[in-house]
Amino acid sequence: MKSSLLIAVMAIVTILLRFIPFLMFRKHTPQYILYLGKVLPQAIIGMLVVFCLKDISPSGHLSGIPELTAVACVAGAQAWKRNSLLSILAGTILYMALVQTVFC
Amino acid sequence: MNTQTIRQAFYKSIPVLAGYVVIGMGFGILMRNAGYGAAWAAAMSIFMYAGSMQYVGVGLLTGGASVLTTAITTFMVNARHLFYSISMINTYKDAGKYKPFMIFALTDETYSLLCDGKIPAGVEPERYRFFVSFFNYCYWIAGSILGNLLGAVVPFSTAGIEFSMTALFVAAFTEQWLETKNHVPALTGLLCTLLSLAVFGRENFLIPAMLLITLALSLLRRDGEETL
Repeated sequence: MKSSLLIAVMAIVTILLRFIPFLMFRKHTPQYILYLGKVLPQAIIGMLVVFCLKDISPSGHLSGIPELTAVACVAGAQAWKRNSLLSILAGTILYMALVQTVFC
Repeated sequence: MNTQTIRQAFYKSIPVLAGYVVIGMGFGILMRNAGYGAAWAAAMSIFMYAGSMQYVGVGLLTGGASVLTTAITTFMVNARHLFYSISMINTYKDAGKYKPFMIFALTDETYSLLCDGKIPAGVEPERYRFFVSFFNYCYWIAGSILGNLLGAVVPFSTAGIEFSMTALFVAAFTEQWLETKNHVPALTGLLCTLLSLAVFGRENFLIPAMLLITLALSLLRRDGEETL
């Protein structure tokens, strides 16, 4: 069945993308790659934050206010208590309250 | 010692639990509406384990996409995994028997939990990272099967719960920011991605952003790696 074939293709490409760097640098990891490994996490997390907020537009009817308020809440809570679970919970509850009541 | 490692890994994975179950359920419901049963939803979650690509994949399946289109789309959507793997080469180097699964299970969320390389005191590092990866994997599979079986039956409004994934990344970003003196890599990530989003639009900005980040970080290295 064609669906099985397409799922297999998607799975194989995804698995290859995850394994290739490990296989390429199995024996010896160049300094440059180690350097990238050190600085990429912070840059990539920054990228993911922007990626998650990409659908906010100034002209949208919600104007991104719930998103930005909740992001500020998470960052503030994290800076204050340094407890990720608490920050994520607080921000998510705030966001859900905002989109279900104020900005619905 | 053993249960302590598993307990700490579970604790670390809790932020992902709600998000994965809910987003996994969303995927399961989407598959159901497209005419695919629980076994199909489970198969995609078990073998692909890539959230956003699975959502895109439903469209490819129902739209009758060709093998080539499917391969190229998967590459474009998931190219960021190359970067996750590059930055985990060192962290995962002693993972031994756990390594193949941990590489396979390196999603955005698992990456954001483990990429700072830190582990709680008193746990076995490799086993801890394995269990964080494994718990997340279970949440995702469970969510996609549940969503497919139950449909849209949820007792309370979950509107907005998907924000927990955004919150996860914001918390990781903030924590890394507070922990490091040099904010150049973090700012590079933000600015390159914003620039790329402005130039290429929200559909196509991820790959240019990754190239730009790599280029910028490579150029910055010349200024002296020790300062970073």
